[in-house]
Amino acid sequence: MRRYAYAIPYWLWIGLFVIAPIILIVYYSFFDIEGHFSLVNYETFFTPVYLRMTFNSFWYAFLITAISLVIAYPTAYLLTKTKHKQLWLLLIILPTWVNLLLKAYAFLGLFGTYGAVNVLLETIGIGTKQLLFTDFSFVFVSVYIFIPFMILPIFNALEKLNPSLIDAARDLGASEWTTFRRVIFPLTLDGVKAGCQAVFIPSLSLFMLTRLIAGNRVITLGTAVEQHFLVTQNWGMGATIAVFLMIAMAGIMILTGNKKWGVRQ
Amino acid sequence: MKFSRLYLALVFFILYMPIFYLIYYSFNSGGTMHHFESFTLDWYKEVFDDTRLLIIVLHTMIIALLSSSLATIIGVFGAIAIYYAKHRWKQTLLTLNNILIVSPDVIIGASFLILFTIAGIQLGFTSVLLSHIAFSIPIVVLMVLPKLQEMSPTFIDAARDLGANEWNVFTKVVLPYITPGIFAGFFMALTYSLDDFAVTFFVTGNGFSTLSVEIYSLARQGISLSVNALSTLLFLFTLSLVVVYYVMTQRASVKGGQK
Repeated sequence: MRRYAYAIPYWLWIGLFVIAPIILIVYYSFFDIEGHFSLVNYETFFTPVYLRMTFNSFWYAFLITAISLVIAYPTAYLLTKTKHKQLWLLLIILPTWVNLLLKAYAFLGLFGTYGAVNVLLETIGIGTKQLLFTDFSFVFVSVYIFIPFMILPIFNALEKLNPSLIDAARDLGASEWTTFRRVIFPLTLDGVKAGCQAVFIPSLSLFMLTRLIAGNRVITLGTAVEQHFLVTQNWGMGATIAVFLMIAMAGIMILTGNKKWGVRQ
Repeated sequence: MKFSRLYLALVFFILYMPIFYLIYYSFNSGGTMHHFESFTLDWYKEVFDDTRLLIIVLHTMIIALLSSSLATIIGVFGAIAIYYAKHRWKQTLLTLNNILIVSPDVIIGASFLILFTIAGIQLGFTSVLLSHIAFSIPIVVLMVLPKLQEMSPTFIDAARDLGANEWNVFTKVVLPYITPGIFAGFFMALTYSLDDFAVTFFVTGNGFSTLSVEIYSLARQGISLSVNALSTLLFLFTLSLVVVYYVMTQRASVKGGQK
């Protein structure tokens, strides 16, 4: 046991900042706004308002993940074909180090009534559109923010792919599309799963984007948690939504079978 | 192949356009993000004249450096503990370690808020610092652990056979070997801390603010080109951090190669 003494701060961290918060969230979800023990929060959660919100959150998260995947896969694939691919990859990662709020703020300008995008739409004859505070802008900005996290794992999976397998498929007469469908895609599925995980879970709980870009039009579960904890001070209800978010998260982790959690060492 | 070039060019264009858009208009004397009047450095002057903002920048730096240093120390020892743990515990420990990485920020923020309230810790500098340490530790562990697993256990056996005690084994054998992982972990923790908004937003209380939280409240008020100036400065700072990190890891790998 003496050997483990140096890790005491780490054990404390696991106890205080990993296990305790989960227990506290579950515990608080059983108290109503007056601090009485009750199941009223769970009843409220199963009313149409919250079920609708849950459905919306999942729908938007799904949209964001799907669009990210459709754009990211070809990007990652083409990146592996470039010269200096490590440099290009670094350039994909670099924007993730720019503060998320600044990127959202940039879109306030770009999508504004007189912003660059509307100027472009005007010149090609479509005319000015209301872009900010719409579902479109919310999904677009979310995809913009998350796409590097989708590209990165797919790129890594493609890099690991043994090229002789592709040659073999070709030699055996498979068309380009069949090679992709039967060889390349199944072998990079781990990367796709990792990417979907990295995009879907955070997009379930975005709240700053819904406030800044979607102008409160889109209310996700994350927004509701923030609202209950910081505005209406109904911690019990906030905690209840958080419990469902945690359940959803655990479900997604199991569904996408996370191998990166280190079983393979 | 022409199409693929075009596709990549488009992706990179969209990826960088918002950033350069911000930078471009930070030099606009017009005060809006859509009509460029003339070149000015007024917005930068405004940033540097704003004492309150500079204090917030200072706070953000202090929090980032302190939290990532402490998280690195705790995380390194945590990684070593996981490395030595019995096989069936390893998986449980790793799962617990990774919970905070995969949790949505909102849940981390909300649960820490409850935790600090119950523990009677005043929201402000301490709570923000503790939260940043807490969410940085697992990243450090994940950066250090592969390095430990890469290391051949015969190194440790050899050192022991030659009479090294536990402390010597740690400082003379293990530590030098995992240094690149420690650096990577530290830098990751630093960027996580500098970048974090959601968790900080929950535990910051009144009176104490970090840059992300401040940008959020400024952005909610609409467009102000001093935010653009600030973002340009931050972008340059991030870029220099990336270069420093790149040089450091290059040097570390060169050193490793020489051994």
